[in-house]
Amino acid sequence: MPWLKFLLRTRGRQRLDWTDWLSYAYLMVGLFTLFGPVVWLVLSSLKTESALSKFPPTLLPYSQKTVQVAGHDKPLPVFLAANESGHMQEWAQVRRIGIQATLVDPAQPEVTRQVNIKERVAVDQLTFAWGNYTEMFEKFTFGRYLWNSVFITVVATLLTLLINSMAAFALSKYQFKGQKGVFLLIIATLMIPPTIILVPVFLVINSVGLLNSLWGVILPAIATPTGVFLLRQYMLTLPDELLEAARMDHASEWRIYWRIVLPLTAPALAVLAIFSVMWRWNDFLLPLIVLSKSEHFTLQLALNSFQGELNTQWHYLLAMTVITLIPVTLVFAFLQRYITTGIASAGVK
Amino acid sequence: MRLLALFFNLFEPLFRLGQKWLGLSRLGWLFVGPNLVVFGLFTFLPIVINFIYATTGGVQLMPLERPFTGAENFVTLFECQDYLDLRTCRKDVFWRAMGNTLQFSILQVGLMVFFSLLTALVLNRNIAGRGFWRGVFFYPVLLSPVVVALVWKWLLQSQGVFNAVLVSWGASPVAWLTDAGWAFFWTVFVSIWAHMGFYTLILLAGLQAIPRDLYEAAEMDHASPWRRLTRITLPLLMPNLIVVLVLALIRAIQIFDEVFVLTGGGPGSATTFMVQFIYQTGFAEQIHLYGLAAAASLALAAGLILLTLAQLRLTRASEAGRRER
Repeated sequence: MPWLKFLLRTRGRQRLDWTDWLSYAYLMVGLFTLFGPVVWLVLSSLKTESALSKFPPTLLPYSQKTVQVAGHDKPLPVFLAANESGHMQEWAQVRRIGIQATLVDPAQPEVTRQVNIKERVAVDQLTFAWGNYTEMFEKFTFGRYLWNSVFITVVATLLTLLINSMAAFALSKYQFKGQKGVFLLIIATLMIPPTIILVPVFLVINSVGLLNSLWGVILPAIATPTGVFLLRQYMLTLPDELLEAARMDHASEWRIYWRIVLPLTAPALAVLAIFSVMWRWNDFLLPLIVLSKSEHFTLQLALNSFQGELNTQWHYLLAMTVITLIPVTLVFAFLQRYITTGIASAGVK
Repeated sequence: MRLLALFFNLFEPLFRLGQKWLGLSRLGWLFVGPNLVVFGLFTFLPIVINFIYATTGGVQLMPLERPFTGAENFVTLFECQDYLDLRTCRKDVFWRAMGNTLQFSILQVGLMVFFSLLTALVLNRNIAGRGFWRGVFFYPVLLSPVVVALVWKWLLQSQGVFNAVLVSWGASPVAWLTDAGWAFFWTVFVSIWAHMGFYTLILLAGLQAIPRDLYEAAEMDHASPWRRLTRITLPLLMPNLIVVLVLALIRAIQIFDEVFVLTGGGPGSATTFMVQFIYQTGFAEQIHLYGLAAAASLALAAGLILLTLAQLRLTRASEAGRRER
């Protein structure tokens, strides 16, 4: 098992002592606890509605095998039962009355048989209920929620990058009166959690006419202190001579900003973009108070409202949850390094 | 690319004009302008309005239409006939939410710091595939609170896996989310599950900054691993530990999303926390009591400010302590 060898490889030392084993045991428990629930969710989302209601649940999405028999419109459930000679064979069930079931041989539709329901066993097979995913778009306005989430995430992120980089440019490359004050003011907003000013933010959004509009979720959050801070720290490392040279060539200040400084800030912009996508995609409390009509719901709000209904349709809800976690999982898989360095360097989340 | 250039060129005239009027150095104001407008509208203005709300009554949204009531909202929140019996309080849910939040914060932060420290120590060892393992613990941090809550709700529902395992062992199923004690336990557990990776990362960064030769010197002196941990690692990690402690506390006090979806604050008010109380009072109930919600949020803010000050003191103390050493 080469992968086991890889996992157990240590740096430099040859022998594993008991503390190493303990460490790996801890990590395995961690792996199981942290990924297990998500894997279980994904597996469950592929089960049919009837398979989901089964208790105890199976690990893999099993459901009863069905077969199309001539003379019947709908596919019939398959059972295992004895035939005349006493051998077990697969039968399709036509109907069931009380404890009597009428079975038909799928291969020879004219052969039927009456058995007690205790004498037949359901035949299960692995079936992936992809229908959970496709039906969502037909049965609910799921496409709408997806679009709302994508729209908010993309537009808010672009605006965040634009205005935060502008502010960072001013705070790193100019010397003007009150500059320190502005910087401190922006950093101070880090101390003010959005939950504290929930009521008045609602008032402001209402007063500017953005209630029940996607812009009411986008605009309040586009100026981020972490973004300004991150970009400013990065821009401070760019040499001022670059700007001077451009000014010699009569480049306008705006041109210097977007033609010279912005491209050179790309690594920091990438980090901020990733964070912004995560923030906006996962946002909950602000959309919850701003968007009250279901046509404006984001994915998070839609998930919340579906789970709140009395008889939760878990097979759709699970599929929706999986779709909601796909983007962050992709970000995690490919861009994890940027996020971890971002956290390590600025302590932001 | 050309579209991008076109977009940026749109602003060119504005900034040329700005430079003509303001001069080069003051052009900075034009660049920070959009940020300041957004911060002003959605952060600084709300702070001021919050005080107006907290000191006025009625159900009107517009601050100027609301009758001034002074400290009335705070009295409503805090007044009890008998402070030893919560049922005699005018807003017993508020007291319960405060109590729950306090209990939750202490429990959750304690466990959070312990487990993220343990995980960081393990990850800092000489293990293979460290990047992979770090990723494992970090993954849930990226999930949205709603998704986190639904993942666990699915496991914990009455027909879920946990009960299936219990039944297969011959035990009777447990009402994980509708029993007050269990529901509270799971809010603590799930929030730790979701956020532990973040704090682990901060602590891991701190651990990796500790110079290796200190440990080599300790090994020369035959210091036991336990002594190395308590005499080198923990003291040098103190600044990071304080950051983690305070960040976790500030977040724990503001817990809302996960719990709101997981338990809805129930059963009863067993898992109703401060932010949910604010949300319910101001937005979810039939009559929107903005004043009461704002007053409660000021109470919450007071708690957070105290914590921040405590952090500053702690950080200074630990720095001073190190200088003495």
